[in-house]
Amino acid sequence: MAADTQALASPSPAGAPRETERLRRAKAALAREKRRNRLLLLAPALVTIGCVGLLPLTVILVYSFLEPGTYGGVNWVFSGEAYVQFLFERDLFEETLSFNPAYLEIFGRSLLLALGATFGALLVGFPTAYFIATRPPGTRNLWLFLITLPFWTNLLIRTYAMMLILRDEGVINIALMEVGVISEPMILIYTDGAVLLGLVYSYLPFMVLPIYAALEKLDFRLVEAAYDLYATRFRVLRHVILPVAKPGIVAGCILVFIPGLGAYITPQLLGGGKSLMIGNMIWQQFGASRNWPFGSASALILMAIVMIALLIYVRYAGRKRAHG
Amino acid sequence: MRKHLLTAAAVPVLALALAAGGSQARAEGELHIYNWGNYTNPELIEKFEKQYDVEVTLDDYDSNEMMLAKIKGGATGYDIVVPGDYMVAIMVEEGLLQEINASEMENYEHLDPKWQDVYWDPGHKYSVPWQWGTTAFTVDTAVYDGEINTLALMFDPPEELKGRINMLNDMNDVINAGLRYLGHPRCNDNKEQLKELNDLLLSAKQHWRTMDYGTIEKLTSGDVDLSQNWNGAAMRARMQRPTLQYAYPKEGFTGWMDNVAVLKDAPNLENAKLFVNFVMDPENAALISNFARYANGIKGSEQYMDPEMVEAPEIIMPADAPAPEFVPPCDQQVVDLYNRIWTNLKK
Repeated sequence: MAADTQALASPSPAGAPRETERLRRAKAALAREKRRNRLLLLAPALVTIGCVGLLPLTVILVYSFLEPGTYGGVNWVFSGEAYVQFLFERDLFEETLSFNPAYLEIFGRSLLLALGATFGALLVGFPTAYFIATRPPGTRNLWLFLITLPFWTNLLIRTYAMMLILRDEGVINIALMEVGVISEPMILIYTDGAVLLGLVYSYLPFMVLPIYAALEKLDFRLVEAAYDLYATRFRVLRHVILPVAKPGIVAGCILVFIPGLGAYITPQLLGGGKSLMIGNMIWQQFGASRNWPFGSASALILMAIVMIALLIYVRYAGRKRAHG
Repeated sequence: MRKHLLTAAAVPVLALALAAGGSQARAEGELHIYNWGNYTNPELIEKFEKQYDVEVTLDDYDSNEMMLAKIKGGATGYDIVVPGDYMVAIMVEEGLLQEINASEMENYEHLDPKWQDVYWDPGHKYSVPWQWGTTAFTVDTAVYDGEINTLALMFDPPEELKGRINMLNDMNDVINAGLRYLGHPRCNDNKEQLKELNDLLLSAKQHWRTMDYGTIEKLTSGDVDLSQNWNGAAMRARMQRPTLQYAYPKEGFTGWMDNVAVLKDAPNLENAKLFVNFVMDPENAALISNFARYANGIKGSEQYMDPEMVEAPEIIMPADAPAPEFVPPCDQQVVDLYNRIWTNLKK
C-alpha cells in the first residue's frame, strides 16, 4: 500500500499516467463501494442507537437548558438555572445564591445505599457462587435454576412479599412472639436496614451468575496443589481463587450497583417513603413540582456519575491487562 | 401444508375482524374516556353503550399532572377527561377544554345547588361533577381514645400515636395540613410563616413512620394507627378494621372534586355531550358512587345508592364540622418555595 502511493506520487514514464489514472479510479470506486456496504451493514445498529438512545437523550439535554413552563412542560428560553439549582438555592427576593446541599444529600444517600447493597450482595453472592461451582456438574444447573427462580415473579410482588415477612404483624415478628423470644414486635420494616435487605435480595442473582461463570473455569486441581504446598485457607483464597473470580466479581458489582442507584420501588415500599431517593426525586420534578428542566438535569447528572464510575473501572481494568 | 395452516388460522381471524367491524357498524359512534384508574363503574359504561348505541373505550391515569402532561402532548384521541378541581382551572386557562355549556343541559336541574357555583368553572361552562370527597385523616379509636377532631394528632402526637403515623406522600396535602394547623393561609409565600411551617414539619417527621399513598393497606395491616386519608379510602379501611374513625379536624381540611369535561377537538363531540348529560342523571350518579365510594353532587341519587353508603360517617359530614376547603392552584413562586420545603423535609 505504501509502495502504491509512492508510485503514484513519483513522476511516471510517458504513457503510464493514463494507466495509473484508471487504476486509481478503479481503486477509488472499489473503496467507495466498500464504504457504502459497511455503512449499509451498520445502518440497523446506527438507527437503533440513534432512535432509542441518542434522540431521547438529546431531548433531555435540550430540556435541561430551558425554563420550566407554568404548568409543566418548558418555555423555549435558554437557561442554566436547572444546574445552578442542583447545588445552590436562589433567594427569591434578594437574588443571592447560597449553597444548598439538599439534593447532594439525596444523591449521597442513594450512592451509599447502592454501595451497601453491592457489598451485601457480594458477601452473600460469592460463597453462593463458590458453592454452586464446586457441586458435581450434573447438579449445578439445578442450583442455578433455583437462583433465577424468584426472577419469574414481578419485582413489585417480591417486594410486597418482603413486606409481609418484615412488618409488625409479619411472619418474623409473629413467629418470635409465638415462641416467646420477644413480647413486643421488633421494628424491622420502614428502616434503612429493610431497604438494604430488599436491594440485596432483589439483585442477588446479578452478583451470583457472573461470579459463577468465572469460577466455573477454575481448575480445582490448582486449589489442591496449593494446599499440598502448605498454603493456608486464606492464601488459597487470595492467590488462587480470587484472581480467577475477579472479572466475575467486578461485573457483578457493576450489575448490582447501577440498578441499585436508580432503585425506586424498593426504597419506597420497604423504606416507608420518608426519604427521597434519586429516582423518586426525578419523578417528582415531572409531577407536582412542575419543573421538567430540573428533572432532566438531575437525570443527566445521575447518568454522568454512573458513566464516570464506569470509565474509572475501564481505565483501571485496561491498565491491569497491559501489565499482564 | 404451511399454506393450509395459514388459511386455517386466517379464517377465524377474519371472522373475528368481520364480527368486530360489524358491531362497530351497528353502533352509532364511539366515545373515548380518559379517567382515573379503578374509578369508573363498568355497569355505567354498559348502560351508556346500550342507551345511545355508542362504543366506549376507557383508559386510565393515576395523577392530575400525568394526565395533563399527556393531553398537552396533543392528538390523544380522547373525548372525555375527569380532572380534579384545580386541574379544571389549569386546563381552561391552557385552552385544553371544549365549552359545552353544561348548565343548559337537560339533567343539569339535578345538580345540587351547593355545587352550582364553583371557582374552577363558574357557571359550569366546561364541566360537571363526577365525585367529590375530603382529605383528612383516619385514627384507630381503640389505640387513642381522646378527642380526634384536631390536626395536633399528626403534628404533635400523643404518646400512643408516636411512630404510628402515615402521611400521604403528597407535597400539597402535607403542606396544606401543616399550614392549617399553624393557622396560616394556603398558597403561602410569606417567608416567616413558611419558616415556621418548615420547623413544624421537621419536628413532626420524627413521629411519622411512613409517607405513602397506600393508606388502606397501611391501616389494615396494623403498620400504623393513624393515616392521613381520603374519605372513600377511610370507609373501605373501616370495613376491615372497625375501630377506625375518620376525623373532621376543627382546623379545617381539604375538599376536592373530580369533574367530567370534554377535550377541545374531541373527535366525538356529540357523544361526549351525551355522556356529560348522562352522568347527571341521579340513577347513573348513584352507579358512580356505589363503585368508588365517594359522594356525587347530584340530588336524588341517594335513593339509588347502597344503604351502607347513605349512612357512612365518612360520607355524611357532622353538622358542626368546618366546610371542606377547595384549594386553588398556587403560583409558580409558591410551588418553588413548597418544593424546597418538601425536598428539605425528605432529604
